[in-house]
Order: sequence, then structure tokens, then C-alpha cells
Amino acid sequence: MTLYWNEKCECMPRSELRALQEERLRNTVSRVYYEVPFYRRALQERGLGPNDIQTLEDLVKLPFTTKNDLRDNYPYGLFAVPLSEVVRLHASSGTTGKPTVVGYTRQDLDVWAEVMARALTCCGATKQSMIHNAYGYGLFTGGLGVHYGAERIGASVIPVSGGHTKRQIMIMKDFGSTILTCTPSYALYLAEVMEEMGISKDDLKLKGGLFGAEPFSLKMRDQIERRLGLMALDIYGLSEIIGPGVAVECPVKDGLHIWEDHFLAEIIDPETGEQLPPGTYGELVITTLTKQALPLIRYRTRDITMIQPGDCPCGRTHQKIARFVGRTDDMLVIRGVNVFPSQIEEVLLRINQTEPHYLIIVERRGQLDELEVWVEVSEHVFTDAVRGLEHLEGQIRREIEEVLGISVKVKLVEPKTIERSEGKAKRVIDRRQL
Amino acid sequence: MPVKQISVFLENKCGRLADVTRAIGNHGINIRAFSIADTADFGILRLIVNRPEDAYDVLRKEGFTVSLTDVIAVQIPDRPGGLADILTLMQEAGVNIEYMYAFVEKVSQDALAVFRVENPKIAIKLLEEKGLKIFSEEEVYNL
Ligand SMILES: [Zn+2]
Repeated sequence: MTLYWNEKCECMPRSELRALQEERLRNTVSRVYYEVPFYRRALQERGLGPNDIQTLEDLVKLPFTTKNDLRDNYPYGLFAVPLSEVVRLHASSGTTGKPTVVGYTRQDLDVWAEVMARALTCCGATKQSMIHNAYGYGLFTGGLGVHYGAERIGASVIPVSGGHTKRQIMIMKDFGSTILTCTPSYALYLAEVMEEMGISKDDLKLKGGLFGAEPFSLKMRDQIERRLGLMALDIYGLSEIIGPGVAVECPVKDGLHIWEDHFLAEIIDPETGEQLPPGTYGELVITTLTKQALPLIRYRTRDITMIQPGDCPCGRTHQKIARFVGRTDDMLVIRGVNVFPSQIEEVLLRINQTEPHYLIIVERRGQLDELEVWVEVSEHVFTDAVRGLEHLEGQIRREIEEVLGISVKVKLVEPKTIERSEGKAKRVIDRRQL
Repeated sequence: MPVKQISVFLENKCGRLADVTRAIGNHGINIRAFSIADTADFGILRLIVNRPEDAYDVLRKEGFTVSLTDVIAVQIPDRPGGLADILTLMQEAGVNIEYMYAFVEKVSQDALAVFRVENPKIAIKLLEEKGLKIFSEEEVYNL
């Protein structure tokens, strides 16, 4: 059974969707040109006026917006409406310095509730659902984002927020929660505490859940699904764009549909800024198409993914982005190819069947970059025959090469060879003098 | 009846072999037979000891990657072609030998060899039918 929240929008023919995007892009560019001095200057510097952007192909003429631009214009410098029109503020926790402040008009909240309703419907939420929302409520967008989406559907929301885990489990059991929303690590923690309390997944009525705001590996998904007995889908968002609900997995579980009627996605090479074709990994860049309070042009998310080519069997026509492989900050450029430690980690996880300990070493021999991966031999994969280990080495090498598209040397090392610092290992040593 | 062999993963770097043997020696465990198989990057040390389970625990605690494998200990008749006959026998019966090595000490006149085969039980049955002596765990550990 496929169930959409808004079939007309979610399954809109691509040509219609494109026309809608272009109309909304023109409106957005015009709005920022006239309402946001920062953008007016940036466009003028490029010799652009609001009428120079007509089609999606014109997008590349526009400048990027970065997180620094938001910080430089703290708190309200990039707002495109007077504060009297702003009905809500959120802020992202800045690890360094000032947070990033985002504002919403009444219509922005309406759009946010709409995309969250679509996302919740993906994981099976309906008017009948009891939605256990364990995202934090507050300045962070997670809690209220889910909350308004759930109310839009007409489901019952339990605004439980974070913490008090034992009480949460009691509530899930007694209130009959059917949908769970929280970070994937908290979902696993809930499962752990449940097991300690002697409560089985069969004592609960959970059917589906959205898990986001954190990296979410396939292994974590398997564990969450198995231990909580629900269908776990990945949800993506960032407060600068709107909050959770920018993109979400559908039940096909192969990529996240990005709601293109509100968010225009591009993938670029983070080094050169050039647009990349579908199927190639790069940095996700988003232009908001309907935001009023804080419209953003070509916002650099620093998240690495790709546009997945092809149609989705679920019937939604909005393009899918792949599961995220990392942040631009983690990226290595080796022989001109973008490499993310997480890509290597995923291969090792698949082969090793356990949390791999590995080290990536990049060196330059002459003019050539060399990539070497050290892998600690765990008991799961160790065999007493040389042939077995050589086979393992070869398998790791081939699979990494297949994923990265460049050659790699694999070295098997003894346990504890790779230094661990405060529980988390240092994954990359770059010895090139760049 | 198969005998337990300890296999240890070693990087090819100085002193690791000494580390392993010292670790088990410190716990009063004796080595009965050993072999090393290595490539350019790594090696596998295989040991027959008098207390395999203890050796396994000790080495794991020392942080080595260790496994226990079933192997067979066969008495090789002390005459020309004694080993060759056994190898031929196994080959003809389709028993694949992964690797083999000899014991340090001789048992009476005859030599003792360790064979790692895919299916130890079948190999043991075959060799015993031909009148060859297969050493039990007890016998090997108490050599
Ligand atoms: Zn889909």
C-alpha cells in the first residue's frame, strides 16, 4: 500500500514540477534582490538583476550562500521580511561562537508542516497514529518540526521531548505509541533501556519511525528495526533551510526524496563549485523556493551526497538524494577524486561484520597520491590459512576500489595497532605536503 | 580425534614472535609444535601447546587476534617414503591438505606431523583404516 500525504504535489509530472520551480525561483530571486541588501550587493557585483534568472539553467549564475554569511549577518541581517511578520525563531547550536538564527513567517510554518506531514506519511503515520516525538523541543528545530507535521496529519502527538528514558518507555507502552521520532542514537538507547527493563518490542505497538539529525548508518537502521520492531526511515533537514523535512526516505528505503517544489537541489564539486551530474557525489546545495522570512540562494550545506538517477517505484516524482557519505570537512581529494572516510568505513563494515578499526594513509610518491588503508584483523575475519587472509585483503581492496574508483593498497594489521584517542580513533593521516 | 591448534595473526615486524612465545611461556604453557606462514606483510603463527584453551585466553588478553582450529596429529613411519605414502593416500581419497608441519620432538623412532585438512573426521577415519596412528589430544598435550 502506497500512501501519500499530498499526491498532487508528491507525484507531480516532472515537466510541471520544473515549471513550478522556475516560477518560484524567479519570485525568490526577485524577493531577495529587493528585500535583502546582502543579496542585492552580491547580485549586483555579478552584474545581475532580478530578471536575469529565468530558468533552472540560470541558477549557476547566482552566488553561493555559506554558513559564514549567516553568522556575519547575525541575527536578522538576511531576513527578507520585517520582524513583525516573523512568528517563530529557531537557532542552531553554534559549536564555535554565535548560533545561526532562523525565522519563519506564518506561511513558512505552513510549508514546514506540509513537508513534515509528507515525511511522517512515508513512515506510515495517519490520523489514527500516536506519534511519540522524542526530538528535543526548543530552539532546535527537531521537536517542533515533527510536532506541527503530526498535527497537520491529525495524528495524536506525544510531545515527550528528550530525556527521562524509563518514563518514555512507560509512556510508549501505556499510551500505545505507534510512530517514534528521534535521533537514531537515541532510538538505540531506548532499545537498550527497554531490554534492561525487560520490556520487549512486542509489548509496544510501534510500526514506523523517522530518525535524523545525525549520521545514520545502515547497520544502525537494521538494529533499530530489529530491536524496536518498526520501519525506520532516514529524515534530513537543516534549520537554515527549514528544519527537518527537507528530504525523507520513502518505504523503498533507497535514497531520500527531496521536496523539490520547495527546495531546489544541486550537487556541486566542493572544490571548484561546478555543478555535478546525477550519480556523482558532491556537496548538496539548496535554494529555497517558497521561504519568506529567510530565503536562501544556493546554500552550501557541506553535506555530501548525490542525486540518484532514475525513477522511484513508490511513485513520487521528486528526485532522491543518496544516503549522506560525510561532510565536506572530512573530504580528501586523492588523484582528483573526492574520497570520504565513511565510504571506506562502509565497505569494511560490510566485510568485517563488526565495527572496523582502520586508518587511511595518504602519501605522495613523486607526483602521484597513494592511498593505503590499514585494517585491524578482527577475530570475525581471521583464518588460520594464508590464503584466507590474502582473499580478505583482496576483497577489501577490490570493494574499496569499486566504490572510490581509484586504486588502493590494503594492509592487514594486528589489533590495537591503530591509535585510539578518547574512544574515537583518528581515521586519516595525510602525509602529503599540499 | 582432532587436536586443537592455536593460530595467531602477526604483522611482519620485529619481536612479535618473541612476544607471543613469552606470553604463553610466562603462564607455564609449553609449545609442542609450531609453524609460521608468512607473506610480505603479515604472518600466521600456528602452535600446538599443552593447554590450548589457556593459551587462547592469554593471547587474547594480550591483544592478539587468535583462533582455535582442529588439526590432526599423525605418526609418520620412520622409513623412506613414509610421509609420501600418507600424502598419496590423502590425495587419492580427495582429502585436501591446507598445510602441514612437523613436531619438534620425535615420538620414539617415528616423527609426528600436523595436518590441517578441510574435514578432519574423514581424514582420521581414512588414515586409521590404513593402520596409521593418530594422536589424541591427551597424548599430544602430554608429550
Ligand atoms: Zn520513493
